[in-house]
Amino acid sequence: MEFFISTLLFGISAGGQYALIAIGYTMVYGILRLINFAHGDVFMVAGLIGIYSTSWLTRLLSEVMAPEAATAAAIPLSMVLVLVLTVVLGFFIERVAYKPLRSAPRMSVMISAIGVSYLLQNTATYVTGGQPMTYPNIPMLSDTVPIAGTSIKWVVILTPFLVVALVLVLTQLINHTKVGMAMRAVAKDFETSQLMGIKINSVISTTFIIGSALAAVGSMLYFTTYPAIVPTAGAMPGLKAFVAAVFGGIGSIPGAVIGAFLIGICENFVKILPFEGATTFVDAFTFALLIIVLVFKPTGLFGEKATDKV
Amino acid sequence: MLKIDELKVRYGGIEAVKGITFEVPERQIVTLIGANGAGKSTTLRTIAGLVKPAHGRIHLQGEDITGLSPDRIVSKGITMVPEGRHVFPDLTVLENLKIGAYLRHDDLEDDIKWVYDLFPRLKERSWQAAGTLSGGEQQMLAVGRALMSRPKIMMMDEPSLGLAPIVVKGIFDIIREINKQGVTILLVEQNANMALKTADRGYVLETGRITLTGSGQELLTNEDVKKAYLGT
Repeated sequence: MEFFISTLLFGISAGGQYALIAIGYTMVYGILRLINFAHGDVFMVAGLIGIYSTSWLTRLLSEVMAPEAATAAAIPLSMVLVLVLTVVLGFFIERVAYKPLRSAPRMSVMISAIGVSYLLQNTATYVTGGQPMTYPNIPMLSDTVPIAGTSIKWVVILTPFLVVALVLVLTQLINHTKVGMAMRAVAKDFETSQLMGIKINSVISTTFIIGSALAAVGSMLYFTTYPAIVPTAGAMPGLKAFVAAVFGGIGSIPGAVIGAFLIGICENFVKILPFEGATTFVDAFTFALLIIVLVFKPTGLFGEKATDKV
Repeated sequence: MLKIDELKVRYGGIEAVKGITFEVPERQIVTLIGANGAGKSTTLRTIAGLVKPAHGRIHLQGEDITGLSPDRIVSKGITMVPEGRHVFPDLTVLENLKIGAYLRHDDLEDDIKWVYDLFPRLKERSWQAAGTLSGGEQQMLAVGRALMSRPKIMMMDEPSLGLAPIVVKGIFDIIREINKQGVTILLVEQNANMALKTADRGYVLETGRITLTGSGQELLTNEDVKKAYLGT
């Protein structure tokens, strides 16, 4: 029973982290019909920004204050920096790699996305020298609390609440603000949206900004749980989040969130299955699950009826 | 009010509009009629800023607006009801109206009331998703949505397309009513009969060129127009 509870907690928390990445995938798809393959790598870069900005700020601040105080002050500042820089990165990627291809076939944009993904990974290798980097301990989040006989990091407990809160804010934004209305309109019909006076490019930029901001928050939670960052660290969570978005019905935000929680939970229960190699095959299981769902529900749990060829 | 000079538009190597010149005087209804592929829609899309012209100028009240982006055109006071209506199906009727006023930052209350007075059917369906409306109701919504930007000129692309004759009559009555309330109208139609009866002035477009012009009445009684477009 105790084992069950802690597994469930880990599953929900992993799901919440996937959800924050998955929203970025699903929103960009909803508006551009593009699978933004670089999104997982943006998430990884957010992690690296966290590492470098923390050490840089710590060094900077320790010149004017005591070392412990400097570390304590550096963390929240660097979290803000992570958020800002990741948003700038996401915005910049869209402007440079996707916007010039607005009227090109979708396949070309997708190849551009794959290119950006490798560019980010290679740059990360260049900067880190390929060495695994360790994510800083965020006070509070990294502290542990004994629950059901195991000690669990606070991040595991807090993640689902934070995710639900962020999703609620996001749905309010999309359903009840002018910019949200414009996003829904642009997602349906570029040309008619233009006739309403909507600037398509600013709406698309807004989408990337929101997606990147959520990925930045996701990176703080995820890398606090799994602190080693290598240049490919974004690939697996990115892929899982993408699976979650497809699972929930790509283009649908609630779908992506529910899909992500389900995948996180399933994954953690597969890990404890009582046969040899369960932990090794966990990712294969995740994808098998996706295939089964898509056989019965080709558009995902909450997907639009019309199918699009990728 | 709106002056088009020597407008040429190319679509992927093909010249769809081959140098047309016409004028839409203030508070009038002007119609462009012609067969499929004559360049009517292309002309409207170019004025709306969706397509860039290869040659020629477009002036609104003396101001050159050639090649401006669609949002700038809307802010100058030109709005377009697209062919096939294109209401946003997932947005409610009210949201569709509000998005029509996207560039405005003032109070919309009076204009929403104005549109609902013009189209009482829309008021009843205010909270319905626009996709659930009938074709005629969607056309009303598309017109109402265009009016929400408080346009000087409303361009309409084939408003009668795919609608029952009785509904078409209603739409044209509304066009006249909107015009009476001060909105200048540029109307593109294949339904030449209805369009010419409604319009102050008509232009006949044939494969990218204007071949004939006159008042609506003159064109209605013109032998060539009768033969080619009115089927009598």
